[in-house]
Amino acid sequence: MSEEFKVEIVNPEKSFLVKDDVSEVVVPAFEGEMGILKDHISIISFLKPGIIKILSKSGDENYYVEDGIVEFKNNNLSILTSTIFNLADMDKSKQQDLLKQAEEEANKTDINDQSKYLADQKVEVLKTLN
Amino acid sequence: MASLDDLKKRIASVKSTQKITKAMKMVAAAKLRRAQESAEKGRPYSEKMNNVILNLSNGISDKENAPKLLSGTGEEKTHLCVVMTSDRGLCGGFNSNIIKKAKSYFAKILDEGKELKIITVGSKGNDQLKRVYGDKIIENISFKESKNANYFDADKVGKMVIEKFEAGEFDVCTIFYNQFKNVITQIPQAQQIIPLNNEGEENSSEESYEFEPDEDEILSNLLPKNISTQIFKAMLENSASEQGSRMSAMDNATRNAGEMVDKLTIEYNRSRQAAITKELIEIISGAESL
Repeated sequence: MSEEFKVEIVNPEKSFLVKDDVSEVVVPAFEGEMGILKDHISIISFLKPGIIKILSKSGDENYYVEDGIVEFKNNNLSILTSTIFNLADMDKSKQQDLLKQAEEEANKTDINDQSKYLADQKVEVLKTLN
Repeated sequence: MASLDDLKKRIASVKSTQKITKAMKMVAAAKLRRAQESAEKGRPYSEKMNNVILNLSNGISDKENAPKLLSGTGEEKTHLCVVMTSDRGLCGGFNSNIIKKAKSYFAKILDEGKELKIITVGSKGNDQLKRVYGDKIIENISFKESKNANYFDADKVGKMVIEKFEAGEFDVCTIFYNQFKNVITQIPQAQQIIPLNNEGEENSSEESYEFEPDEDEILSNLLPKNISTQIFKAMLENSASEQGSRMSAMDNATRNAGEMVDKLTIEYNRSRQAAITKELIEIISGAESL
């Protein structure tokens, strides 16, 4: 067989995406972007706001996530996230809305360092989209 | 015996009640399908979440310093119970079953001399509990505006629970909800979410994972999310159960109303005939006496 593996993205409401012809996935892990290829070692990590890139035979896809956990095991990649959008379906106004929310959050003074960092990340990522 | 007019009125009123219960049954059936679907769709997330946490907690090296959400505070003095019920009535034994389960648990806790705190989700549970345990209810949440159970609402409850836990307001947290089995059977559940109860689930693989960052950090990030996820799962199960329970309750009500209409109609016809017979007898005996 070729160098393909299976990826599954689930959010609390439903199974968001299942693909089994994926050649590479790039996830925004907490300590930096991480590319996952077939036969990667079993890993658990969590995500910061960013873009998930899924490269497959049937075309590349990009998703914006705000948080989540990734688990890779036996060539099965599971991504659990509560907020995810397909970039292809996301229009400018939606982006602006999210950016505005993120900026408001980042400008709050009564939050701790970690949530501040996450909010800043959100703003940064959303800005680069525009 | 009731007069003909009274009977007629009663038949009409039972019939209109039957119409209402029938309509409610149909609505519940339609909603049930949707609720059931979303409950099933929501399962992979909570299952996967559980799996990851199981793997993580097995991999954790230093059990002593494990996050408190996992291992507990080391005491069991104050219990927090989150009782999840519906906002609407007319759904059979749905709410009473949860309340019954919760009450027996409350009694046990209080018998053991432990402290009890209650959060009610859904107004019906609050209504039933406030008479007896009014002073124990610290919070009452209701999502009347939300049409369907959504993660955002669950997250709100979850964050509140965690906040209270971090403030040291309780040691053990249990949620009460109805698990949806099928339309006629819903099982009231008591599920302990803090500290996480992993006993009896020793099916995890021996495989070792690479963690990035380390286990503790992932766990401390993951556990609060898990609380919200479990609450969300309970909400989904609950909403499916509520509709199922309402559907069967309304089905029964419709059938009972039908039986009642039949009985009343027979009674009505009998008394109508009796009246005619009586009149005939009067006429005949009047004619005879001439």
